[in-house]
Amino acid sequence: MKGYDLFELAVRNLRQSKLRNGLTTVGISVGVASLVAMLSLGVGLQQLATKRLAGSGMFDTVFVTSKQDSRGFDREEDQKDQHPEKAPVLDEASRQQMTRLQYVTEVEPEVRVMGQIVYGGQTHFGFVTGLPMSARENEAFDNLQGKFFSSSDADEVILLDDFAKELNPQNPKSLVGQEVTLRYGEHQSLPAEGDASGRPQVSDQNESPGTNTGDDYGFSVVRKTQQLKVVGIVDEEPYGGMRTVSRGRIFLPVDLTEKLNMAEFSDMRSSLRGHGKSYATLTVRVKDPAKVSQVQDAIKNMGFRTFSVLDATKSLRRFFTVLDLFLGIFGSLALAVATLAIINTLVMAVLERRREIGVMKAIGASDGDVKKLFFAEAGAMGFFGGILGIALGFAIGKAINIGTGIYLRNHQLPAEPVWILPSWLIGAAIAFSILVSLLAGLYPASRAARLDPVQTPKYE
Amino acid sequence: MGDSMIRAVDGISLSIAAGEFVALLGQSGSGKSTLLNLLAGLDRPTSGSVLVQGRDLAKMSSEELARYRRNDVGMVFQAFHLIPAMTITENVELPMRFAEVDRTERAQRVREALERVGLGKRLGHRPSELSGGEQQRVSIARALANRPSLLLADEPTGNLDSRTGEDILNLIRDLSVSLGMTVVMVTHERALAERFAKRLIFLGDGKLISQEVTA
Repeated sequence: MKGYDLFELAVRNLRQSKLRNGLTTVGISVGVASLVAMLSLGVGLQQLATKRLAGSGMFDTVFVTSKQDSRGFDREEDQKDQHPEKAPVLDEASRQQMTRLQYVTEVEPEVRVMGQIVYGGQTHFGFVTGLPMSARENEAFDNLQGKFFSSSDADEVILLDDFAKELNPQNPKSLVGQEVTLRYGEHQSLPAEGDASGRPQVSDQNESPGTNTGDDYGFSVVRKTQQLKVVGIVDEEPYGGMRTVSRGRIFLPVDLTEKLNMAEFSDMRSSLRGHGKSYATLTVRVKDPAKVSQVQDAIKNMGFRTFSVLDATKSLRRFFTVLDLFLGIFGSLALAVATLAIINTLVMAVLERRREIGVMKAIGASDGDVKKLFFAEAGAMGFFGGILGIALGFAIGKAINIGTGIYLRNHQLPAEPVWILPSWLIGAAIAFSILVSLLAGLYPASRAARLDPVQTPKYE
Repeated sequence: MGDSMIRAVDGISLSIAAGEFVALLGQSGSGKSTLLNLLAGLDRPTSGSVLVQGRDLAKMSSEELARYRRNDVGMVFQAFHLIPAMTITENVELPMRFAEVDRTERAQRVREALERVGLGKRLGHRPSELSGGEQQRVSIARALANRPSLLLADEPTGNLDSRTGEDILNLIRDLSVSLGMTVVMVTHERALAERFAKRLIFLGDGKLISQEVTA
């Protein structure tokens, strides 16, 4: 039998019992809809996460930490190191070494300290972080009000919009160009043990950082102030809020933070271990994102722990594979139930149409024709169910988007679509729906094909 | 049923010439219907052979038998066996769908077959809207659709009143003559058989009892 004849007969047979077949088709569509809604939620979340990651501007960046520091990104690797206390320290020497590596354009510490801004007689508390000049390219500064730092050690500050509003609720923008006072803690090294003088060694303001040597057994924190000029106000945290340096509200040029020799939390650790000033984290910028893994390997060989967005996307991908799998399984449950409905409907149809099938066989339908006819009926239900399901799933997804949008806006967050229906999923869902329906039709079809043709009745 | 085997048709040796109109007669259980089923390829003999135009139906696969029924045989049943959900046209068209006849040709052949049986109108009606005689005409038209060389009729007049039955048999005879079609008809009405068939074959207990050539 030819394709269009099959389709025609299948559709006319389906229309014979509209209610039953209609209900079955709706059942399939609910199954497809739940599958589509689940999977496209997975797709949407993945795109959202990837977009966040891309916005973080970390694709050309390698983060370096010392293995002496307990928390690592790669547990397996950590367990291989039996003696973390012997691992190299992230000091000025190793920083210089990294700077000389091929493809490396910039090695900057991640500086994040507590500070206070004095403005209009009021003090305001906030985290101070150091931004490298390369941060200018980050999309967070696309909507910068004012200017970026004029140089990497200028006495300038950029404020987060929230913080600016705290300083001047009426007219935060007017802060640009004004002078504010920064109050911070200065790191002052103490002389090595055995130094008879016992006097605190006051470090010179102009002394370049990293000159402290291994005989630095302690330090004191001294309150200092620094006049700064507000050059800009930024709406959102740079690097998508995903880096240590972006979790601050007061941004200084990174070299200025080093010049001021600000006391960092990690200084305490360095001091306890008895070696000189070291960095908690260094960020290494690579000329070409394609060379990131090469640079990463080179730094690993120096004995440090590294982390790059490559690692992040790797684990992200693993996470989303598992998530998609779970969403898929949950989404498929309804479809599995619908499959049973198809089998039930078609088995009923076979029983009801015994005689009709027998007649068809007697007037020349082969077993294959009968089988194909039932397959076509199953497939047609799958097709219509699939289309209806896509429409239903689309509606569910839109509802999810509207719902999360309202939720996000209520929490002062920008609304972003968490549910995205890619075109491949439309095609795949319809194909899958047809496939599943055909599988469900397998048993009824073979049962129909096995029926005997009507015989000239002996006595009916 | 069970272990005891009943031979519905036993040791019958019979040959029917092309274009002949033969009637199979006998009481119920005589084996006439079984013989017809064998000729239609709906049943297979446990032993022996059924040769139609040199081909042995006993050795055909079920796929080949389906093709044989589709192309070489037209079946007319006592209970008409039209598909109630389909219109007259669709019922006649159905065997041509199985035979993969071209769409454009199908419409023409449906009209032709229905005109031959005297049903040029009422093409859009369903079988239940027709009288018994008309339904049997439709089923004859359906049997003719694929232009078979063999028409097998099982008590074609069994569900009809005698006037209508005669009309149907007249029609079958005319078709047999004009199309050169072989007709094998099962009936238990001897008087009718004598009037229309060329040869009468009497069966009893699955065996061939006697044959009679009508004048």
